Amino acid sequence: MRVEGITLSFGGVRALNDISFEIKEHEILAIIGPNGAGKSSMLNVINGFYHPQEGTVAFKGKERKQMRPHEAAKQGIARTFQNIALFKGMSTLDNIMTGRVLKMKRNFLWQALYWGPALKEEIENREFCEKVIDFLEIQAIRKTPVGRLPYGLQKRVELGRALAAEPELLLLDEPMAGMNVEEKEDMCRFILDVNDEFGTTIALIEHDMGVVMDISDRVVVLDYGRKIADGTPDAVRANQDVINSYLGVSHDQMAAQ
Amino acid sequence: MIYREAGQFKSSYGADQAIFPIRQDRIALVILLALAVVAVPLFAAPYWLETILVPFLVFSMAAIGLNLLTGYCGQLSLGTGGFMACGAFFAYKLSTAFPELHIVLVFLLSGLGTAFVGILFGIPSLRIKGFYLAVATLAAQFFLVWMFNKFPWWNNYSPSGVISAPPRALFGDIYLTGIQATPEIKYSFLLVFVAVMALVAKNLTRSRIGRTWMAIRDMDIAAEIIGIRPLVAKLSAFAISSFYIGISGALWAFIYTGSVEALAFDINRSFQVLFMIIIGGLGSILGSFLGAAFIVLLPILLSNAPTALGLEISVELISHMEFMIFGALIIFFLIVEPHGLARLWQIGKEKLRLWPFPY
Repeated sequence: MRVEGITLSFGGVRALNDISFEIKEHEILAIIGPNGAGKSSMLNVINGFYHPQEGTVAFKGKERKQMRPHEAAKQGIARTFQNIALFKGMSTLDNIMTGRVLKMKRNFLWQALYWGPALKEEIENREFCEKVIDFLEIQAIRKTPVGRLPYGLQKRVELGRALAAEPELLLLDEPMAGMNVEEKEDMCRFILDVNDEFGTTIALIEHDMGVVMDISDRVVVLDYGRKIADGTPDAVRANQDVINSYLGVSHDQMAAQ
Repeated sequence: MIYREAGQFKSSYGADQAIFPIRQDRIALVILLALAVVAVPLFAAPYWLETILVPFLVFSMAAIGLNLLTGYCGQLSLGTGGFMACGAFFAYKLSTAFPELHIVLVFLLSGLGTAFVGILFGIPSLRIKGFYLAVATLAAQFFLVWMFNKFPWWNNYSPSGVISAPPRALFGDIYLTGIQATPEIKYSFLLVFVAVMALVAKNLTRSRIGRTWMAIRDMDIAAEIIGIRPLVAKLSAFAISSFYIGISGALWAFIYTGSVEALAFDINRSFQVLFMIIIGGLGSILGSFLGAAFIVLLPILLSNAPTALGLEISVELISHMEFMIFGALIIFFLIVEPHGLARLWQIGKEKLRLWPFPY
């Protein structure tokens, strides 16, 4: 996955300014930066929700034209949202099953019968969803409407829905926002396991620097719509621009200077 | 105590996904169907069949159709009456142009025709949502009824503008429509037909297509990002919903009233069906039946209640009281459970499972 020279503006506001970076296969890439730096806009560009005025997005070596989000989904890009976007009226299981829509091919006449090939397909996909449910340890809530679940579990169900689509590239928009330490640890474990077991490439936005530096292979730093650093966590941590604009310095260091 | 599911283990996903996963429910359903199929036609008076159960079933069909669109896919529509008119007039034209065509086929084909009209009038839903869409579907309501009124071709140039269902046999000399049709036949046919169509609707809602509808209803942006095409999901909901509503219109004209004019399907009909699904429960097939029962049966019950209780009240007062009590009951049920009778039923079942030891 490559993005090249992306510029995106809303009216007079430049949200993204000539941004290029690469997401390599099987890696975990973190995008960080202060509020309003354009991180979420970047994800929205990648999955086809925003159309940049300039620049190109290439996925799996193929440059792509303007596309709708559902076409990006077809290519194997799934994502979760900063503020949870689950289907509130449906159960956990149904939400995760909805992640499988692109894998189910029988037309609606078969579905109307709910028998033969359609039933077989339904059960095969159910089996896959049960694997996701086991993986995320949410067996107990599979029949609960997601509107009733606590925040941490909702985030987990949303990850499950994205995983059910068997994506090649998974975009996570602040997967750990608003979680307590335990929930964060669980979420980190899931992200690393997903990356390990399924070989999924992951791009995530996160504000918790401890988490970012721990789990990511590479970090891209955005500030005011520009890329100011790109490299391994250690390199980024040592980068003076990043320290100035985002990480900040502790009082001891300030005193030392 | 009797309503327990302890000891009922499911060992396959198929069993877990059944419509009625609890054994007691299945037994109750079989008993209910047996009663409806065998006992009711044998013992109920023809008046009951013709003026209460037949319209109840016809309205249930329309309510299922609208529920698929509004309750499951979240697209508010006020065009129900117009689509019912479509079904009725399509069926009339079909069965008079091709008298040898089997009547069930006529119903299905008229539903299919209505589905196309539904797709056409569903196109605005790709751009507008909610109340604005409801206003856009009003166009369908007024345009369709106007069209069937305006062009006499639709009623085969009958001077009164009324279409009368031609006599058609279900098989042999068992007539389903026309004057030779008995209430028992009408009722039995409708019961089977509506039950099968309800099963089909239930199947649709619990498989892929139903999930795409609900996803669009609950969060259309997220739905698009996991690969659902809003165009396909919304228009398929309009098509299948109109299919059901069209058939219900055909059933109305051919079986319930026997003769009908376009004005019978005015905006009031649309509201009536909309109220049914709101009171019955949005996003529930059972709710469609409960809502239809509430709207169709309750007024009849209310107007007959004083006489049955032996009270001497003037007819005028009864009709006034009917409206007042009916309105009060609607408000009562909406306050008690805004999600409709179906949710009330579900809560009742959940309580009953634990009764008498809720903790």
